[in-house]
Amino acid sequence: MPAALGERERALFGAFLRSLARAPGAARPEGVWQRCFLEGPASLVLCVLLESLGSAGSVRIPGAGRRFLQEGRVSALLWEVCQQQAQAGCPELQDVLINKIVCLPDHVSNKLQGKNPPVFFPQNYFPLLGDAVLQVLEKISDSLRGGLDCSISFVSHVLGKVCIHGRQKEILGVLVPRLTDLTKSDCIWQRICWRLVECVPDQLCFLPDSQLLGNLVVKNKKAQFVVTQKMLLLQYGHTTEVLQNLLGYLSLDSLRRTLLLRVLQELLETWSSSSAVKHSPAEQQLYISKAILICLSHLKEPEIETHRQELLTSMMEGVKCRLDSSLLQQRRLGMVVAESISLKINTEGPVLKFEYEEDDETRELKSLLVQTPSFCNVPSLPDDDPFLYFFYSDDDLIPYDMSEDKELKIKAPVYIRDCIEVLTGSRTEDVDKWEATVKALESLVRKNPAATREVSVELAKILLHLEEKSSIEGFVELRQRTQVAVLTTDPIPVAKYLTSQFYSLNYSLRQRMDILDVLVLAAQELSCPKFCGKTKHSGAQKPCIQLLQGSDSSKGWRRVVDERIKNKTRRLDKGHCDMELASRPNEFNSVAGYFFFPLIQHFDRPLTTFDLLGEDHLVLGRLAHTLAILMYLAVNTVVRKVLLYRYVRQGLLSCISSLLLSVPTERILADMTEELLETQSWLGDVMEKDPDGDCRRLALQNLLLMENLKKKLEVVPS
Amino acid sequence: MHPWNSTVGSASLKLMLKLLPRLFQRRILIEDSMKSKVASLFTALMALPPPDPQFVLRGTSAAVHTLYFSCGGSEPDIPLLYSGSESGFIHVWNLRTHRVDTALDGHGRKSVYCVETMGGKDRLLSQGRDQRICLWDLAEGRTSVTDSVFTEHVGFCRCSLLKVAQGRWLMAMAARSLEEIQILELPSKTSVCTLKPEVGAKLGMPMCLKLWQLSCGSQPVLLAGYEDGSVVLWNVSMGKALSQLVCHQEPVMSLDFDSEKAKGISGSSEKVLSIWSLNEQQNLQVYKTHELVNAGISDITIRPDKKILATAGWDHRIRIFGWKKLKPLAVLDYHTATVHCVSFSDHSNPRERLLAAGSKDQRISVWSIYAQT
Repeated sequence: MPAALGERERALFGAFLRSLARAPGAARPEGVWQRCFLEGPASLVLCVLLESLGSAGSVRIPGAGRRFLQEGRVSALLWEVCQQQAQAGCPELQDVLINKIVCLPDHVSNKLQGKNPPVFFPQNYFPLLGDAVLQVLEKISDSLRGGLDCSISFVSHVLGKVCIHGRQKEILGVLVPRLTDLTKSDCIWQRICWRLVECVPDQLCFLPDSQLLGNLVVKNKKAQFVVTQKMLLLQYGHTTEVLQNLLGYLSLDSLRRTLLLRVLQELLETWSSSSAVKHSPAEQQLYISKAILICLSHLKEPEIETHRQELLTSMMEGVKCRLDSSLLQQRRLGMVVAESISLKINTEGPVLKFEYEEDDETRELKSLLVQTPSFCNVPSLPDDDPFLYFFYSDDDLIPYDMSEDKELKIKAPVYIRDCIEVLTGSRTEDVDKWEATVKALESLVRKNPAATREVSVELAKILLHLEEKSSIEGFVELRQRTQVAVLTTDPIPVAKYLTSQFYSLNYSLRQRMDILDVLVLAAQELSCPKFCGKTKHSGAQKPCIQLLQGSDSSKGWRRVVDERIKNKTRRLDKGHCDMELASRPNEFNSVAGYFFFPLIQHFDRPLTTFDLLGEDHLVLGRLAHTLAILMYLAVNTVVRKVLLYRYVRQGLLSCISSLLLSVPTERILADMTEELLETQSWLGDVMEKDPDGDCRRLALQNLLLMENLKKKLEVVPS
Repeated sequence: MHPWNSTVGSASLKLMLKLLPRLFQRRILIEDSMKSKVASLFTALMALPPPDPQFVLRGTSAAVHTLYFSCGGSEPDIPLLYSGSESGFIHVWNLRTHRVDTALDGHGRKSVYCVETMGGKDRLLSQGRDQRICLWDLAEGRTSVTDSVFTEHVGFCRCSLLKVAQGRWLMAMAARSLEEIQILELPSKTSVCTLKPEVGAKLGMPMCLKLWQLSCGSQPVLLAGYEDGSVVLWNVSMGKALSQLVCHQEPVMSLDFDSEKAKGISGSSEKVLSIWSLNEQQNLQVYKTHELVNAGISDITIRPDKKILATAGWDHRIRIFGWKKLKPLAVLDYHTATVHCVSFSDHSNPRERLLAAGSKDQRISVWSIYAQT
């Protein structure tokens, strides 16, 4: 029989066959009748056979059909269509044919009402169909090798249809092993297979094998959708093996691994979405959980490393909404998956452990995490593949506790310029370094006077603006001591700077008072002889404590009493101190002007910045006090050497007056009786002998003030 | 310090981990800030605390720069540990009595930074900052320098010794010229070759050397870590560089190589360990890097059975890793100053194996860790 018939011949031959089929038994010449059905164009024959089934007088039709099947006419049929298709066959006809081929068992059994021969049973028919497909594929491969064009889409559509009809098990049972074999070494077969599945991506699930599938999912959008979305997130009827195959397939190639990670992300998203937890069926949640665990089992350490945070976040979300559920199964699912994720992301740490009853389901879930499905046809695995991890890991070595392994304490900078860098740097994360710097700076300044002088004003500026970044014990004192160190190391420029800042804009009262404190402390340090070690410091304690009184008022009465006692004690010392002073040059002497003079420039004028005589009287009090101390410190030498020039004298005089005015009488008497007497005689001197008129006038005023005081005292004896 | 990082003892950790699931079950909302805390809890270890040293050797009265065990002998032989110190002495420690048997003074009180035996405990090689490599005869109580090599090298690159035949060694050492490495045959002291980097390679001084051969009789190969952070593989017999790999940004302080797995590890003053491999084409490739908590590695040693490795850190700590995966296993925090050297013992019974570390704090700590595996 000629293979290719024209349209007309086909129609004629069809009519002929139909009449043959309908012909009564006697009119059927045995051999020829059968040969017509077995050798005629298979598609035509099939149509005719199916039409005539069950009709009157078709006793022998089933027999013919059986032989049709058994003698490999199905493959002839498929081959026929494939060839036609290469020459652009008619799609409608193909659809009809596909339907007929796939539904043949149903069709036959419907027509024959249960009397159908066993070969038409689906469990027999589909393997047979599988064989036929294989034969056709072989032919296709041959003709491709022969350089002929051949379309495979008909076969692949048949295959797809069979799968849709739920018969994939039967047909693939025949196809897959053989194809796996064939694709191993042959690239043409591989291409054929990929084409085969490409046309029916909906049915990818039937193909567990990476070689059959190639990198289809990466190239084909639809396939990708099916694999990454449909099969995992939309469907949930696939068995665990299918899931393992699918995800294993994704994990095997570096291109597909990105998909695997994406899939995992999407799965986790669904898993941790509370609405999904509420609204999706339990089976689907189990399915998704399984998929997550299988994904996790495929993850490599570096991948986990990069996705640890995401994993953790999703885990937390998911666990939270699952534990909120009233269903035991839900809660348990949450616990198992959370445990598994934590196990996976904390390979060396302790893992999350929930208490729940183990059952088959939880055991199965847990086993998914460790068990990696075998891929016998995977040529070689990289060294750090999870598959080999069990054989080559360091797992027999149990780590010790390493939680104490912290960063070493940061070393404080060794150079002053480094300190400046740290203190002015905006890097907030270096709090430790900042702390170390603040603590180290004072000693650095004292040890390196030359280096300090180079940057003294800058340093003073930084220190003046330095705010507490972290809670360092005694930060304020620390800063103050450092400021004093800077000021004493390089008195003139720093004092200039500080005093100029005292009256300038944008400082808080606290900062202004800091300036005063620092000036006082530095002046005190300078005026006293060079101290050895800390003796001086204890000596300098007194003003320090006094000045800081405002900040720590909670020290209680005992402290106050102690201070009072100390005050008294100190005064006894002072005589001693004075004697020493007489024998040594007073460093403060030469710089006193820089400390004192700028401070009294503006005190009696209301400024835009602050109004000393107005509401900012607190600062005024402090200023007066400071001036007094400064003066006192200067006085130690000045009175003896009388080196003050006019302005200083003038300043001193106004200071004394402010002192007398502002400081409570009792206080003056308690603290400064001696000085008062001395001052009085000095004032008398000035009034009489000073060449400057203003000075004389001021001295007179002061004397008057003192007289007033005296009078007051007489009225109220202390 | 962050409260979660600081003083959560392991008991309270255990408690937290026990309570955590219950917290979940009581539906306590976990805020974002809490999550990171929980995460840090997870990673904190509920493992055993790291062990204390088996014993500590004191008495070098100077920083310890190098250690070498000689414990392979059979029963009557006393296991020994040689230590080289900054004061120029080599101390021979008796590991039974934990006391110094002998103190050798052969480097003019200049720091000794490399000590190694040459086929038995009676012949010793030492290298010092006096630019000399001394060969000692210690048999029968003698303590004499039989021979010495004037290296003229001013750095502190330890020499590397390889036994090529019975009684014959190759020794790689940094030479007088800054970038060069010289290979000598010992004991004859004949120069085998000088390894010079190509002109303009700018590798800087060699910092550490490792001479090895794949199997007995095969060609000796040298791995050298340089000042510019690169590791170079030298073919010694051809005097040719086979491959160069930039492993670090800073000078390579130490390296060790596992010829079975063709994998090596190097450390520098940075915060990372670099693990590299040698492929069949004799090319060095970065395999992975491992981030350390603190910067600075002064010595790296892979245990002879290639299961674990130890690093000596500038952060005073000894770190133990699994060699296969570089899994961190332990952090031994005993010393109070930079650890200069780590060395594994060559006990024939694996259970007796020891790890010794010498530090700037003048102590040698000896540990028994992962001796069972």
